[in-house]
Order: sequence, then structure tokens, then C-alpha cells
Amino acid sequence: MVKSFLRQSPLAHLHLEARPLMAEALPAAGISISECAHTTQIAVRGQSSDPAFAQAVTTALGIALPTDACTASGAPERVHMLWMGPDEWLVVGPAKTDDRIGDKLEQALNKLHCAVVDVSESRTVVQICGANARSVLDKGCSIDLHPTVFSPGRVVNTVLARSHITLHQTAIDAKSGFPSYDIYVHRSFAEYLWSWLEDASREYGLQMNP
Amino acid sequence: MLLIPCPFCGKREETEFHHGGEAHIERPKDPDALSDEAWAEYLFMRTNPKGVFLERWVHLAGCRRWFNMARNTATNEILGSYKIGEKPPKGAR
Ligand SMILES: [Zn+2]
Repeated sequence: MVKSFLRQSPLAHLHLEARPLMAEALPAAGISISECAHTTQIAVRGQSSDPAFAQAVTTALGIALPTDACTASGAPERVHMLWMGPDEWLVVGPAKTDDRIGDKLEQALNKLHCAVVDVSESRTVVQICGANARSVLDKGCSIDLHPTVFSPGRVVNTVLARSHITLHQTAIDAKSGFPSYDIYVHRSFAEYLWSWLEDASREYGLQMNP
Repeated sequence: MLLIPCPFCGKREETEFHHGGEAHIERPKDPDALSDEAWAEYLFMRTNPKGVFLERWVHLAGCRRWFNMARNTATNEILGSYKIGEKPPKGAR
């Protein structure tokens, strides 16, 4: 883990916090986007068929290993885990939580055949929600995001606007039915993808949250 | 655009994948014993059929795993995909 005073979001130079909130100007903003910087992200690899491995992960984190393809486990606002491949997962801890997730995993998995690597600085997370969130993603992503086939807890590694991303649907609003997504983007693509999202959202009304 | 069935993730758009050439090419057990011709045969020569072809693909933008697929090179019909180490689908060979 990089010392916290050295950590800088790949979007820091855009000074999103200094941009005016457009919520009042656009009461019907169909899209809300924000950066969720400085999450803890730990790549874990191991054999899910090994019960000792799955058990050790559960003991360390208190959540089950999502062994089904393209699924997540745990609550998105707390420590959660994303399926990245048949023997690979991403453990995500919200920003400003204790950084001990990696330590806990390393201790629990110490004697097993597996890999635990802190990749927190490799990607940032852009959160997008609102009435037209799905329409914006549909412009650059070939995954079928219709609620009948894609729902909260679904995770895909895919391409959005030619950038490799991990897309996680975190929620669906019970009243409105509007979805929320976390988009994991590699830091060198973050500025490009942010600009693309701003541009793609413009026609629906865009609210940027710092 | 092909819809390629990844054995792990399911059907995805072709742009998420990368083609890896003919599948089931076995490395010679004792390369030192081979003639130059036999070594070149292993390295460079491929069957390139018109019809069903067993080929390797990698799901580059998805789960990043290699797998095999049976595809008709004339019609682009995909007969099925299978994990490395598994047998091709029936009718593919
Ligand atoms: Zn895949």
C-alpha cells in the first residue's frame, strides 16, 4: 500500500471538487457520476475447488468466495469481492477503511497455494447512476444490461468505449428502478473514460458529484 | 461481428477476444532429435482447412483465459468452445 499522503487519484488534476454542482441547474439530470478514489483493491488468485482456500478467504473477510462466473459477494458499501476469472478475484474495500484487508488475507492464506497482491493504485472507480445510466453505458459497451439479465451483484470484465473495464452493478433503486454501477478503469485510461462519460451523458443532463 | 462463447463467461462480442491460431499443436517430446524440416513443420505449418477448424482464443478483455473453439472457416458457424484439456464438441472432428 502506498503511503496515504502519496496517493493521488488519476483524476486529481481535473479538480472535480472545484467544478460547480449542476444539480440545481438541471433538476432532471438523468445521470450522476462521481469518482470513488482510493479504494483498497487486492487481487486474489487460488483454486476455488480447494475447500481450504475458500474457507480461508471467508474467515479473513467474513464473506463467501463468489465462485459463480460474473458475480460478486458482500455489500458494495463494505468489503466486497468481485469474480474476475475462474481462479481470480478482486477484493475491494471502501476508501477510508482500515488497510488491513491485505494483511488479513495474507495471514489467512499464508500456507496455501495462492497469490495475494495489492493492486489498489492500478485502477480507480467511477460511479454512475440515474435514470439514463444504462443508456449511457449502452453507447459504448456490448454487454446486455437489461434488468431481466443484468442485476445488482453482476460483474463483468469488458470493454467500454474501447477501454478495458470491470463493470459491477451495485444497486437498483427500489422506487425508481434506476441502476447504479461501479466502473473500474485502469489509471492511464481514467481521464479519457471520464471525458467520454461526460460527453455521452450530456444529452440526458449530467450531475457531477465531487 | 461474431458472438463468441467463452467457456467461463458465456457469449461475448468478438472484440473482447484475440485469436491464437490452430489448437492441439503438440510440442515434440525431443526437439534435439528432429531434423530442420521436422522442426519447421512443427513451428510453422498449419492445416488451414476450409470447413471446421479447431483454434485457440483468449478472452482478453474478459476473464483473460485461453480456450479452444471449433469454428467453420467458410461459414463462421461456431460449433462450440471447450476448456484447454477438454475434448472438442461432437461433430467437430
Ligand atoms: Zn471469459
